[in-house]
Amino acid sequence: MSVPTYRPEELLINIFAGLLDGVGHVAVGALSPIPGCAALLMQELARQKGNDDVQVSIIHGDANNPFTDGGRELFDCAGQGRIGAFFLGGAEIDGEANINLLGVGPYPDLDKRFPGSFGSAFVYFVIPKIILFAPEHSKRVLVDKVEFISAPGTSPPEVHRPGGPKALVTGKCQMSFDATAKRFTLVSTHPGVSVEDIRDNTGFDFDVADDVAETPVPDAERLQLLRGVIGPKIAKTYPDFAARIFD
Amino acid sequence: MTAFEDLDGLARRVNDGMLVALAPDYSWVPMALVRALIRRKAGDLSLLTVPIGGMSADMLIGAGVVSKLEAAAVTLGEAGLAPRFTDAVESGTLSVRDSTCPAIHTALQASEKGVPFMPLGGLIGSDLVKNRDDWKVVDDPLGRGGGPVVLLPAIKPDVALFHSPRADRNGNVWIGRRRELMTMAHASAMALVTVEEIEDRDFLDDEDTAAGVLPAMYVTAIACASKGAWPQALSGHYERDMEHIRAYAKQARTADGFQAYLDAHVLAGEGA
Repeated sequence: MSVPTYRPEELLINIFAGLLDGVGHVAVGALSPIPGCAALLMQELARQKGNDDVQVSIIHGDANNPFTDGGRELFDCAGQGRIGAFFLGGAEIDGEANINLLGVGPYPDLDKRFPGSFGSAFVYFVIPKIILFAPEHSKRVLVDKVEFISAPGTSPPEVHRPGGPKALVTGKCQMSFDATAKRFTLVSTHPGVSVEDIRDNTGFDFDVADDVAETPVPDAERLQLLRGVIGPKIAKTYPDFAARIFD
Repeated sequence: MTAFEDLDGLARRVNDGMLVALAPDYSWVPMALVRALIRRKAGDLSLLTVPIGGMSADMLIGAGVVSKLEAAAVTLGEAGLAPRFTDAVESGTLSVRDSTCPAIHTALQASEKGVPFMPLGGLIGSDLVKNRDDWKVVDDPLGRGGGPVVLLPAIKPDVALFHSPRADRNGNVWIGRRRELMTMAHASAMALVTVEEIEDRDFLDDEDTAAGVLPAMYVTAIACASKGAWPQALSGHYERDMEHIRAYAKQARTADGFQAYLDAHVLAGEGA
């Protein structure tokens, strides 16, 4: 059987949808079309299995955004434990899953300033399944030690922390995170990428799963669902992205 | 009584040195008023973005209006980094208190309630906490095993600025689901609001509108500003002018380019 042609974005959406399986409420932050598609895809797959109760909240514009109590509501909702999964990125992510969204250089005299920490310093603690997303898999992004901790990957036991990082997905691979060991484990590499390639392009040390596999690619049925059903939905939030990827 | 005046009148109420709370670019940002502040040559403002700054904050910073900034982030979103903000931080000319979105919301809620501080979960172990000498980590003061928690001092802005589709003749302002605007106004000593239009009715007379308004008692002054959020969106009314925003992002990468932008789109006046 021939493998249908898919776009890199569709591969990532497919991975994320798998990671979200079983989550009751997925929230997606601003400027996150790929996570947004993944959340809507997981919701659709759950619906096909008879589960109509998956909530997807996309905090970018008013479409797909159910919040009515202002900017605080996402965080209040998360703090209560009403959100099961969320995505975070990082200009830098280190081997202990600390993330830096703020800048590099000796704070506050930064050499390079990024936008800032957004809500990461809170949501990383309270949302059970945080999925880290680093489209660029390089030693520039995946560093040994972040220069500024916007949000720490782990916390001492006395700190109330029901949430935290569970997985890291990059343009080259998928890793899981163990908060006790404070280490990432390589789970799968995307088609055409070797374990050696991952080692060469990762600035931190990580474990490799015994059964490290090739990342599953979306099949024809999944692509049809993405392009036919999810595309029009995400177009309400991200029209340019939808036109570029799914048309 | 809420005053009805013109855009420049609103700009004149923002005195140099004030702490100014500004609506984010995605939530009814008062761009016309931002331009009027730059034309008025306002200065030494402390700017609080609620909670994220965008083109509006970038322009105020680039024009030298802002001496201190508190923000969870400043970005042009799809159009990339905020160039004047980035340059000001990297060259060390802007004093920044880095925060996180829920900390700004929570500190404003403390002012809403009239209490001196509020606790917030998370945060511990972030370098944000390490660099904020006004935040304090304490053990659960009630001794119920809640663990350590961060206390944030109330933020009480001198003035809150935002745009809205409409106000009524009595000064009640429609905010709909943009309730961060309500929090901003409650927490601030003054609210200055630009609107697309003023309707000859009272929103509080109708149950369907009453719950979606900021009551006039919090609103100091209102000015009409047609397309007052442009080039940002006014949700439900008009979309962002992405072409213009991208052109700004490119032009403002240099100080000269930014000055040329101001000359063309700000200093010449509204509708020029």
